[in-house]
Amino acid sequence: MKISRIAAIASVLFGLVQAAVAQETPKAITIATEGAYAPWNFTTADGKLDGFEVDLANDLCGRMKIECKIVAQDWDGMIPALTVGKFDVIMASMFITEKRLKIIDFTQPYAVDPSGFAVAKDSELGKVGISNERFKLENEASAQAAIDKLKPLLKGKIIGVQAATANLEFVKKYFSDVAEIREYKTTEQHDLDLAAGRIDALFAQQTALAATLGKPEFSDYTLAGPGFVGGLFGLGSGAGIRKEDIKLKDMLNGAIDAAIADGTIKTLSLKWLKSDVTPVK
Amino acid sequence: MIDFSFFLEILPKLLAGLPLTIELALTSIVAGFVLAVTLALAQQSESPFVVLPIRGFVAVFRGTPLLVQIFLTYYGLGQFRHQLSAIGLWAVFREPYWCAIIALTLNTTAYGSEILRGAIQSVPRGLVEAARSVGLSTCLTYRHVILPLAFRQALPSYGNEIILMIKGTSLASIVTLMEVTGIAQGLISQTYRAFEVFICAGAIYLTLNFAIIRALAALEYWMSRHLRHRPSTRDAAS
Repeated sequence: MKISRIAAIASVLFGLVQAAVAQETPKAITIATEGAYAPWNFTTADGKLDGFEVDLANDLCGRMKIECKIVAQDWDGMIPALTVGKFDVIMASMFITEKRLKIIDFTQPYAVDPSGFAVAKDSELGKVGISNERFKLENEASAQAAIDKLKPLLKGKIIGVQAATANLEFVKKYFSDVAEIREYKTTEQHDLDLAAGRIDALFAQQTALAATLGKPEFSDYTLAGPGFVGGLFGLGSGAGIRKEDIKLKDMLNGAIDAAIADGTIKTLSLKWLKSDVTPVK
Repeated sequence: MIDFSFFLEILPKLLAGLPLTIELALTSIVAGFVLAVTLALAQQSESPFVVLPIRGFVAVFRGTPLLVQIFLTYYGLGQFRHQLSAIGLWAVFREPYWCAIIALTLNTTAYGSEILRGAIQSVPRGLVEAARSVGLSTCLTYRHVILPLAFRQALPSYGNEIILMIKGTSLASIVTLMEVTGIAQGLISQTYRAFEVFICAGAIYLTLNFAIIRALAALEYWMSRHLRHRPSTRDAAS
């Protein structure tokens, strides 16, 4: 009984290894991005996709010498669409989290960017202003202390956050007892609601918030509080791929290594995000 | 492959959104019906100053997608915050709940008023003239002759509209309202199992609409008593 089970597992594993070896180098792939998360990825007025990840995707494809098509896909259906094969790669500022790793695989991170709050300048949290501190959620004590400091400042407020994100999990876990949380399909929608005064705070990646706050209608708003990384935010943003695409993963990892090594990621990130998000190895 | 314990796990979570779905649908259907009757009656007027604005309203709300109407009411009007607060309406438009109710109500009003307008016009002229000839006032003619006939005539089409509104509430999740569809999308983002979650959400809508269809059929049966063959007591005795 036991032996036959081991044999069965072994034959399955052997099959997988064979499949991996047999995998051919893909000649053309389709990369999906959200197209609504400026400046990481967005849609220009004339309908083209642009931004940090679009530039990076084109750069990586050049390095891998394969043809790439970049398409826009709604954020909340992205992972199911990848697994059923609507496209081959996700590059949409998607954090590599344990939960997502159960369903799909990721390359190494190509960017690490803390998440934080944006609020009105004259609000309680706004008066505290931006701190350049970064808290790793793995260091529970210090992260919890930082969260406890923020809590009273957000008491009774409404926090807008994009649905199906690690950011949403974070605010639900740590702030749902003091604040109301509203879920939006895109960050552009929660930006509009902050400007309209329907919500009091946004929680998102700080680079994306900084880009939003750079627009004239947000002159009364500011980033506030520290940035959070690690833990449920995972290792940073990576390219999502199907678990079986082992060959593609190797190729993408190699291309990302090269793009980190020759400073391409730094250049692109300074160009689009105004700060360096290159992952530190 | 399909895991039934997973269905049991997500069902209560999805059902938690049902009260909001029903609340949105019921409020907008009731308010929409009152407005639709008003507009349908007003359209019987011969003054173009009454009829043309109503025709314009109906054309706009029937000719644009409900999704666009919800977006416009919520995000569109959100840009006129200062003007709206100046006239004291911002408190209403600030809330996603009221924005959804307003958009759904106006949408169903437009469709409903067209259904009822047609039904009122389909009441045979002879009946109206007969009512007038026995001395009923316009008001009484409407109350006792035209409207009862028109409502019965309109019921099947209006039932369709009610079912469309139940399904229309699924768009409320785009303005952050967590009704059944909104919760379903949240569950998919947690579990990545789109198939099971949407099957389950679809089944909830199906059950709800099935109940409504049965209720409407019962109402139609009740309203058409006079059309059914009534077995006489003599038949029964023989």
